[in-house]
Order: sequence, then structure tokens, then C-alpha cells
Amino acid sequence: MLAAKAIDGKLSRWRSFVPIKYFASLPAFERPISAHEDLTSGANALMGSFSDTFCGRNDAMEAENFKNQGVNGFNSLVKYRNDENIRRPSPWNGQKAVASSYCFPNRVHDMLYMPLRNFSSQSSATSFSDVKTKFLGSIPKFVKIVEVGPRDGLQNEKAIVPTAVKVDLIKMLVSSGLSVIEATSFVSPKWVPQLADAKDVLEAIQCVQGAKFPVLTPNLKGFAAAVAAGAKEVAIFAAASESFSRSNINCSIKDSLYRYREVAHAARNSSIPVRGYISCVVGCPVEGAVSPSQVVYVAKALLDMGCTEISLGDTIGVGTPGTVVPMLEAVLEVVPVEKLAVHFHDTYGQALSNILISLQMGIRTVDSAVSGLGGCPYAKGASGNVATEDVVYMLNGLGVKTNVDLEKVILAGDFICKHLGRSPGSKVAKALSRIPENASKL
Amino acid sequence: MSSLEEPISLDRLPSLSNIDHHRFSSSACRPRGEDLGMGHRWIEGRSCSTSNSCEEDFEEYNRENFMWWKQRRCTSRRGISNGRTLSLGRNQVPNGNISDSLYLPDDQYNSCNYKCTMDMPNKLLRDLPKYVKIVEVGPRDGLQNEKNIVPTSIKVELIRKLVSSGLAVIEATSFVSPKWVPQLSDAKEVMEAVKNLEGTRLPVLTPNLKGFEAAIAAGAKEIAVFASASESFSKSNINCSIEESLTRYRAVTHAAQKLSIPVRGYVSCVIGCPVEGAVPPSKVAYVAKELYDMGCFEISLGDTIGVGTLGTVLPMLEAVMVVVPVEKLAVHFHDTYGQSLPNILVSLQMGISTVDSSVSGLGGCPYAKGASGNVATEDVVYMLNGLGIKTNVDLGKLLLAGEFINKHLGRQSGSKTAIAFSRKTADASKI
Repeated sequence: MLAAKAIDGKLSRWRSFVPIKYFASLPAFERPISAHEDLTSGANALMGSFSDTFCGRNDAMEAENFKNQGVNGFNSLVKYRNDENIRRPSPWNGQKAVASSYCFPNRVHDMLYMPLRNFSSQSSATSFSDVKTKFLGSIPKFVKIVEVGPRDGLQNEKAIVPTAVKVDLIKMLVSSGLSVIEATSFVSPKWVPQLADAKDVLEAIQCVQGAKFPVLTPNLKGFAAAVAAGAKEVAIFAAASESFSRSNINCSIKDSLYRYREVAHAARNSSIPVRGYISCVVGCPVEGAVSPSQVVYVAKALLDMGCTEISLGDTIGVGTPGTVVPMLEAVLEVVPVEKLAVHFHDTYGQALSNILISLQMGIRTVDSAVSGLGGCPYAKGASGNVATEDVVYMLNGLGVKTNVDLEKVILAGDFICKHLGRSPGSKVAKALSRIPENASKL
Repeated sequence: MSSLEEPISLDRLPSLSNIDHHRFSSSACRPRGEDLGMGHRWIEGRSCSTSNSCEEDFEEYNRENFMWWKQRRCTSRRGISNGRTLSLGRNQVPNGNISDSLYLPDDQYNSCNYKCTMDMPNKLLRDLPKYVKIVEVGPRDGLQNEKNIVPTSIKVELIRKLVSSGLAVIEATSFVSPKWVPQLSDAKEVMEAVKNLEGTRLPVLTPNLKGFEAAIAAGAKEIAVFASASESFSKSNINCSIEESLTRYRAVTHAAQKLSIPVRGYVSCVIGCPVEGAVPPSKVAYVAKELYDMGCFEISLGDTIGVGTLGTVLPMLEAVMVVVPVEKLAVHFHDTYGQSLPNILVSLQMGISTVDSSVSGLGGCPYAKGASGNVATEDVVYMLNGLGIKTNVDLGKLLLAGEFINKHLGRQSGSKTAIAFSRKTADASKI
């Protein structure tokens, strides 16, 4: 076993995670920290620095970092760890840790796994440079995450979640830095009783700053109700599959687009941006495989009617890069990449790899749901939305800026999961959690 | 519910003696069932019935109306059409293989049905390997973390089921001291029971010469050794330094070479270590090279605590590929943070063509209680099928193997693919 003292010196440079059983006297990475710290400014400082360093804007530091591939290259992080802005209580700065349910690793833990985006290697073979360019070249520097938990996630819950809980969830998500949070949906309470309080939710968050709150509006009536409640952004929902369109919203694709044109027109008159969703972009529970051309048709229609962004949804989660790539290729011919978002479901565990391939194709907006809220109605017990925490973890590792504080998202997920009486749907949250796995016992 | 969807019980499985090793056809369109539980209607975006001219009264719809299942055409991009009817019963076998068609009734859920890379001009997928070898580590790496001792007969049956699914390599057990890994104290019995199974290689872990000798005596034909890229982890895990472990393994590989026994080398903590934190790629390359030079035919790079992402996996692979040819490399990602599939994808893009995984994601993470560990073989196969990459693994049979072991362990599958295909409730404690 390594002596505690020897470890101490090393760890003071960067906090590493130390299993309690080995080093009882040392603060383990698992030592809880306060949930109420303001890490945002520190986080932003760190993220900014990393971005500068690791996106090739700081050549001198880069050269120094890359001499010793890996850990030594992260020494530049050390000065940020000592930044006073980071007011995390830790034994290193004499502050007492406050118990919480979560054991957050040192932020540096996340940062340790950030990439060297323009790294060079000693060998510097041309083939490696080509490989890096090929696989990293198009990955955006910043990715916007559209959080759909409060709407897409909660709407599938059987037990009605109180308005106050929904509002608190949204506020916690806002505080994590998420800039777009789909708040609710103005559909008939007959069909989606969970969101019957749409008006109350929207009115309660009117004063919340720092994020946009689009709401679903399936028709003019819903749109009018949304605007009356203070909505500043709306979303509409078409399908790439005819059968799914009929089963889901009870009309053909063409008829739905006609309906949405009315909504888009009204929205334009009110200067309200409209986001367009397309469901079943890879597969449909009724028709099976959906051809890219079907998706293109709907995407173009939504774009033409004025949607500012088109979110492509793999509704049943069957997509893999083998089907996602041709679909994106086709859609990219008619919709500019900056207007596209991907909305993958993790029903078959494929969401993150699909997101990765989408990023490699230049997509820069990703939909996800805190704690993977929202199961799949087509496969009972299966998961649905991809978990925001897992997405943020991956993006952090890619060195992609999100402005999202992972720890705060985890806390928000913890909050809602506690209310729902279940364990988190996010693997990152589970890995960092101290909550017993079977949360139904809580 | 369609009979096609119900998992078949064990007594309906074909016996081993006449197993049809027919591989899951990437071009097969599976017939769909009558009812996929479409009683749930997708509730997103449902419109207000009174306000839209195209609306029909929802009350007119009921479950009986949701019989969308007609004779279906497969509309994959290759234009394969499938005239099969939905009435395929248990005795009708589309591809000569009962079990997988029963477990995977629905073509659209089947990633195999989709476009394969052969037609894929996109640079991101163009150079992916055409075939990926999956090394199944469930019986060893998976089970060794289980607290409750799994009976030998269950282990053997699991291995048999995995063999029948077409997996090329299945790590059967480990010849370590029962004091450290009581779960695998029946290594000898397991090995003797499976050594004559055909069609699959069955390597075993041998941490030292003593273990090696016991493995050979029990009939092992392939072995594996396990080093760490992190000094601290080496000391805490196998109680010696990296150099000491390599010396030990040189003795093992030397003995193995004499008997023409192939040796696989594992490197653990290739991205991060629970003790030290980030692990430098150069360290990983060093250990990988040592293992390769001592005669290991394959080096499996393990992200033991699952912290890796593309940003750290890429430099690590890059460093190792300088000293070990890519065709000798395998990747062994843990899914503790949900990152293993994208990491595998990136590894494939880098030219790796061997992937370790564990049926049903067996094997949690000892460093994060309750968190997952190994990536689930089913999820990997699903992705590879979707990429049009050959694996020779029958996903349906693999799902059955996973179901078998989960039933015994009394828990839900760790594979999302398996859960999606399964109709069991989420709370496995009710099973």
C-alpha cells in the first residue's frame, strides 16, 4: 500500500480518487461535497481554460503538454485547481465537507479525461494525423444540449408529478447551466394527464432566467394556450413514418404538416421561434425501417414552414451508426447542419454511439433527458431518452463545451428520482451515487 | 402478445447435438408479431381533438384497432422485401433456427436489417473492420464479481449456451487461489466439463505458473495473463509491482510456448486508475509491448473503471499502436459511465477488430457500488449488426444465454438490448 504521505503530495497537485478502504485518512474522491456550492463560476473558468488550451489556441502550452503524452500534459490544470473561484470544500483547503447523497469526483477527475484535441505524438505518422482529422475534425467545439426531461421524460410517468416538483426540477436544471429546457406540452389533458398543469408550470417559471423554455404545441389551440401562459418558444411534432403519424397523432403526415403550418404561421406573427421534431427517423414500431428519404421529406417541410431547428428522433431507439449516418447524410442535403439536432433513445443502449457519430458529422445540438427520464412505451421496462449526465460526461471527455455543470445535473436527477422512487437512469449518476441501487426501498 | 415475442423456455431449445450454427442473417427480415404491446399509444404531441379538422375522435380507437401488423415489406435500403406473413408459428423457422426467430420477431428492432457498411461511402464508417471477433468474458470476468457462489453446473450451462450462440472465444474461468476469488474455485471442474466443446476457444486466466499448471492439467488449451498499466493498481490488485508481474508472466508464457499454448495478455487501467487517476498512454504502451514481446498473441486493453471517452481512448490507442500491431489488439471497455459503446465505435474506427464484452453486462464495478462494469455483449452485437459488421454471433441465442444466467442470479439483465426485447417487468425481484 502506498504511504498516505506520499500520496498526499501527489494528490495535492490534482485530486485523484482514492478508495476509502485503502486510505482512510485521506479524503477519498467519494467524500461528499455540498450540494449548495457555487461551482458555476469555477466551472466556467475551467472550461474556458481547457477550451483555450485544448483547442489549439495556446501553442506554447500545447507543445509543453504534448511532450509527455498524458498525465503531465494536465499539469496546466493545476493552477486552475487552486483558483479561488473553486470554493469546493475539501481537506485540501481546510473546508469541511458537507454531506450529500452524492460523491462527486474532483472536477479534475472529469478534466483528467479531457482530450488533447490537437495532440501530436512522438511518432507523428501521417496515418495517425489522418485518423485524428478524420475522426475528430468535424466534432464541434460547443454543443447545445436541449433538456427534454420535464416534458418528454415526465409525460410517460403514470403517477402525476405535482406542479411544484416539476417547477423545482426545471429550476435545478436551469442552475446546472442547461440553456434550453423543454418545460411542458400544451396538449389535451385527456391524452397526457401528466402535463395537464402546463399553464401553471409555464407561469411559474416565467421569471426564471438563463434558459429558454420551449413547449410542445400540437395545434393552434395549444399554441394559443401556450402563448397566453407566456411561452416564448414552441415545438411541433411530425413523424417520418405514415403509420406512426396516424397512430400517434391520428392523422397523416401531410395533414399534420398542414396543421403545423398554421401553428408556424401564427408563431411567426408573434415572433416566436418554432422547433420541429421528427419522430421515427430510423425505425417505426409499425412499419419497420424508415428510409432516409421519408425523413428528408418531412425535414424539408418543417424547414420551409419556418422551423428554426429540426430535431431528428430515433423514437424506438433502434438506430446504430449504420443507419444514423445515411439518414443524417440525406437530411444534411436539405437542412443546414447548424439547424439540426439529434434526439436518440437509449432503448438498445445505442444512444451515445449514435450521438458520437452525429458529432463526427458536425451535429452540434443534442437532446437528452436528466437521469434518462422517460421509458419506452413500446418495450415495457426498457429505457427511453438518453441520460443528460451520460451525454455531458462524454462531451466533457471530448473537450466539447456545453456550459453544463455535470454535478448539478446529477443533483437534479437525484431530486426527481427520489420523488419518483427509483434509481437514476444515468450510468454516470449511478457510478457516482451513494444511493442504494434499489431506490424503491427509499 | 404474439407467440413470436415470448421468450421460449429452456425445454424448447434445440439440444446441443443438433445445434444449427446458422448465423444470424444480416439480410433476414424477421416477421413481426401480432401485437407489440401497441396498446400504449405514443403520447407525444397528441392533439386536442376538438380543434383540428383532420381529427377523429380518439374514443373510436381501442386496442383492437391497433392491429397495424399486416403483411410487411422489409423496407431496408437494400430494397429487400419480405413477403413472410405474420403467422409464423413456433414451428416455422425462417432461417432454420427456431430460437432466435422467436426471440427476435420484429425486423424493425433488428439492427441487422439495416444498411451495412459495404454500401457506406461515408468516411466515418467506410474503413471499419468487416469482421469483429467478440471475446466473451462473462463466465470469468462477469461471474467472479458475484457474491453468491454460482454452482458449477450453472456455469457450465452458461458456457454451453454461449458456445451455441456462435461466440468465437469465451473466457471460461480463472485458475487463481480460491482464497482471493472463491467464485472461481471450481475452475478445474468447469474446465473439465467444457474442454471438449467444439467451435469455440476457451481461454482461462492463469496468474502464475501454479495456476498455469493447474489449467493445463484440467485441459486448458489457451491461457491469459493480467498486468496493469498503473503501479498502484498492480500492487493493490495482484500484490506486486508491474515489473514483478511481468517477470512472473514471462515464466508463464515461456512454459506456455513450450506446450504451444497461446497466451492472451490483458492490460488493466489503460485510461484511469482508482488510485492514481489518469494513466499516461506511454505507460500503457510500455506494458502492452512487454506482453507482446514475451509472446502474447493478443493484448486486451482494459478501461477497468470505465472512465474513458474518445478524448482519452484515442491517444491511448495511438500510443499502443506504435508498438503493437493493431490486429493484435483488443479493447475491453467497462460501461460504468455508459461510455463503452462510443469507445468501441472509436476503436473500430482506429482499426481494432476484437472486442471484449460480457453477456448481460455481467460483472459490476467493484469501485463504484451498484454501478455497471463490463459492457453487455448483446448491446455490442446489436451495434455491430447495425454497422453491417460480421460477428457470427446469433443474437437470439445470446439473449437466451443472458436470460438463463439472470434468472439464476435473480436480477434484471444488464443489457439494454436484452431488456428491450424482453417482456419481463423492470423489477426483477419479482421473478
